[in-house]
Amino acid sequence: MNTLLNNSDLFITGFRNTLILFFFSAIFALVLGTIVAALRVSPVPAMRATATLYVNVVRNTPLTLVLFFFALGYPKLGLVPIDFTTAAIIGLSLYTATYVAEAVRSGINTVPVGQAEAARAIGLPFTQTLTLVILPQAFRAVIPPMFSVFIALLKNTTVAAGFSVFEAGAIRANLSERGEPAMTGLLWVALVFIILVFILSALQRKLEQKWKVAR
Amino acid sequence: MTTHVPGDALVSLNAVNKHYGQLHVLKDINLQVRKGEVVVVIGPSGSGKSTLCRAINRLETIEGGTITIDGKVLPEEGKELAKLRADVGMVFQSFNLFAHKTILENVTLGPIKVKGASKAEAEKEAMALLERVGVGQQAPKLPAQLSGGQQQRVAIARALAMKPKVMLFDEPTSALDPEMINEVLDVMVQLAKEGMTMIVVTHEMGFARKAADRVVFMADGQIVEDETPEEFFTNPKSDRAKDFLSKLLTH
Repeated sequence: MNTLLNNSDLFITGFRNTLILFFFSAIFALVLGTIVAALRVSPVPAMRATATLYVNVVRNTPLTLVLFFFALGYPKLGLVPIDFTTAAIIGLSLYTATYVAEAVRSGINTVPVGQAEAARAIGLPFTQTLTLVILPQAFRAVIPPMFSVFIALLKNTTVAAGFSVFEAGAIRANLSERGEPAMTGLLWVALVFIILVFILSALQRKLEQKWKVAR
Repeated sequence: MTTHVPGDALVSLNAVNKHYGQLHVLKDINLQVRKGEVVVVIGPSGSGKSTLCRAINRLETIEGGTITIDGKVLPEEGKELAKLRADVGMVFQSFNLFAHKTILENVTLGPIKVKGASKAEAEKEAMALLERVGVGQQAPKLPAQLSGGQQQRVAIARALAMKPKVMLFDEPTSALDPEMINEVLDVMVQLAKEGMTMIVVTHEMGFARKAADRVVFMADGQIVEDETPEEFFTNPKSDRAKDFLSKLLTH
């Protein structure tokens, strides 16, 4: 307990940054992933191909390499300079979006084809058929895998510690510098993660109950 | 606006062809449906009657020939097609009500999103339509809470809310329990009496006798007979039709 209380500044800053990484990456990944999933079911072959290529390339690359690229490779391209936190958010978003896209796409496949036909039959164009009829039902069908993706994202934020972002994954190193026992520090970090994931799971249960689609 | 000379073809199919792989499912189909006409399409399963119905609002693509609705050739894709579909009401065998939306929302979605109606105006008209098909009480419920017959009547109201020029019915009673078939047919008969142009694929011979102006009999992807109901049921000309009708009466 002393390790935690005497170093609460480290824990608070660390987890605050973890939550910042998580929150922004989750929102960007959700938006981007949904767009990519929509492209993958689009009637335009070029859009389908682009989205499939993106998912396959980024999902098959280790997260560390994706973050390496944004932290170390990107600045050399001479584009708009970004700080490490922004780089981590971009990397995590692009990486997680591929998993979101696959979850949403599997959800789209659970929606009976008659739903899309009925939407088209009343004159809705493709985009509205997707956003008003298909996606709302698809999301409801994939809440559990979607939350698995976000739980993985929450834990993946610790990889950013390796790229000079001071988040929860970096707490141990800083504790060691202060001469605190590393194992105790790690256990506290793990406990806070478990609590955070627990909160996410509770949210998941709530959404599942609220959004049950009866057929 | 195109004005109508009585007797003008509202829906016109000319030399329409379609294959599913090797299967020639629509063979040189020619069919004209005038404004206000009720055409019932019957035939054995696999005869292409559902495909024909679905081709009219391009839920099925066609390979040859043309389909025109109110003088306009059916566009291939995009906004123009969506616009034309709004003028063609469709009722499906499996109802296909939007499962995540209430009954009322199912009926107002099209008018609000496609026709740009205000929410209040759309809800007022939707309630009137739901009352008309006898399910006004169900407005706040979700589709799964309704019986099949009720769902199908909502589906008819949803199509009518778009004020379509023609209504397509693709086996609207085939997925219903026997005691619910009549409540749906009653709504359809009423609609026919009010002068709605209808193309109905069905196995309900009673409906064909009662409400149809013409019966189109299809077999093997072709239109074999196109007669008045009286003539078709009492004096079928082709062997295929005679055979089909005799099988209906055995049990």
